[in-house]
Amino acid sequence: MKTGVVSMHEKIFRKETSDAKERGKIEIDEVSIVFGSGPTENIAVQETSINISPGEFVCILGPSGCGKSTLLNSVAGYVKPSSGRVLVDNEVITEPGPDRGMVFQQYSLFPWKTVHQNIAFGPKLAGYTPSQCDSIASTFLAMIGLSKIAKSFPGELSGGMQQRVGIARALANYPRVLLMDEPFGALDAQTRLMMQESLLNIWSEFGITVLFVTHDVDEAIFLADRILIMSSSPGSVIADLNVALERPRSPEMATSTEFVALKKECLSHIRAQSLKAFEEVGH
Amino acid sequence: MNGAVLEKIANNDAETVNDSAVGGLKSAGKNSPDSAVIQSVTNTDSENFSFKDFVLSSLKNEKLQTISVGIVSLSFGILIWHLATLYNFNYFINFENVPSPTTVGAAFLSHLGDAEFYKHILISMRRILFAYSIAVVLGVTIGVLVGRSRIARAAVLPYIEVIRPIPAVAWIPLAILMWPTEESSIVYITFLGALFPIILNTIHGVKETPEVLVRAAVSLGAKKMEVFWHVVLPAALPSIAAGLSIGMGISWFSLLAGEIISGQYGIGYFTWDAYSMINYPDIVVGMLIIGGLGTLSTYLIGLMMRPALRWKKFQR
Repeated sequence: MKTGVVSMHEKIFRKETSDAKERGKIEIDEVSIVFGSGPTENIAVQETSINISPGEFVCILGPSGCGKSTLLNSVAGYVKPSSGRVLVDNEVITEPGPDRGMVFQQYSLFPWKTVHQNIAFGPKLAGYTPSQCDSIASTFLAMIGLSKIAKSFPGELSGGMQQRVGIARALANYPRVLLMDEPFGALDAQTRLMMQESLLNIWSEFGITVLFVTHDVDEAIFLADRILIMSSSPGSVIADLNVALERPRSPEMATSTEFVALKKECLSHIRAQSLKAFEEVGH
Repeated sequence: MNGAVLEKIANNDAETVNDSAVGGLKSAGKNSPDSAVIQSVTNTDSENFSFKDFVLSSLKNEKLQTISVGIVSLSFGILIWHLATLYNFNYFINFENVPSPTTVGAAFLSHLGDAEFYKHILISMRRILFAYSIAVVLGVTIGVLVGRSRIARAAVLPYIEVIRPIPAVAWIPLAILMWPTEESSIVYITFLGALFPIILNTIHGVKETPEVLVRAAVSLGAKKMEVFWHVVLPAALPSIAAGLSIGMGISWFSLLAGEIISGQYGIGYFTWDAYSMINYPDIVVGMLIIGGLGTLSTYLIGLMMRPALRWKKFQR
């Protein structure tokens, strides 16, 4: 079910004629990422393979320093795998690009551009005329419900508003996938809940593939279709859990038996990891 | 339906923002002794006295306060100067031959009707404008080119570090030997003074560009030049602006040295000439003119940079 806003946007922006359902397949194929060499060598990600279907919402869950952000960065194209390869829609990723929208943990709006200019930046780079850029930016501002603050600078906005603009900015390029690196980590608990709901709404409207990195178990369960749990040193996926909770999700589900059972499972995986890490340090 | 939910979330957010702003005002009213004042104002003038007006008016007052304190402080300095010369203060520092504020003032007034005096000032301003403009273009260009690359920085910084401490006066002989005309050597010396702070501040600004913003731009499809125009340059702008102000100050500072070469005109020459003629009041007049023009031009630079830095005041 698509609202007027999005279908209008698709009309102006869609470059390919391919069906939206076929967009946004991610394949992480035997990827290892190693930093440094010799005694300082650090295996951030070890021979990891993940397949994500178009439109899927996948959370990578793990303790800090487990390489989950590094893995996401390899999909974004910031980090080159030491071996293996990453494909999005069967194209090998070699560098960052507008086909993969990125939302960061730190506030990453351009502070010298207004909210409107921030969102219009991607379309502008893509070569759209100023009036097209304007209409795209306005469309997305309306979508996130922030039309009123179009002319504000990011510094004037709350953290939650800034991240909403960040999401809109990433989506304004009509990317194949949306990559999110702990985007709500810096927000207070209340705002975070609202942002999670807001994100799910945007996701269901766009049907876009989302790869979302977090260390918050509740967040992962609330958002995801699938949770991949990563272990640290070396980083690799140790569990692939299906989240069977029905959609649309509501915060009340957090007390349901399925939710609690899933949370226990996630926590036991993470606890086993932490214990292992703890003992390794102990020896 | 989804749109409606989004709308609702958006509205909720707006409400919480309003709430917190009102709450802040309320609690401020409860706790601070100013609450009585705020209330009396809202009671007597119940028309449109909003929180924003209150902030604006207190800001204006703050500005007024700053200016008046500055004036009082300056007057106090002049008073000390006056007293020191009046009583021929001579204890380690000797004021016996220092002209008093009134003699300096009289000398200044006598020059006001003198066309020659304006020519000195205008010629100096022209030299500053010329030398400074070249320094800005060259300094920002070099700083930006060098700032993004560690290797380029390593190649250029030693030159800057070695040349920078050399005072403008020390350049006089070489400048005369190197440059074809007197005018060009004066401009060269003035230019050198402005150049280094501009380069160094630009390099600093460019180097400090937040990496996450570069990453964001690249993921939005920006190529190298676009990253430069839309991210690196604006991120460096506050630091560049600081360099421009410092550079302006130093170029006036260097101008005096440069104009020692000049045999005819310039406010530096005027000051130097007064020294050789043992005309003490005119020395101080020249010094104060340089100080005043330097302050004014630095202020103008700040004013010109302000629109480009408007976003800065919202940053926390």
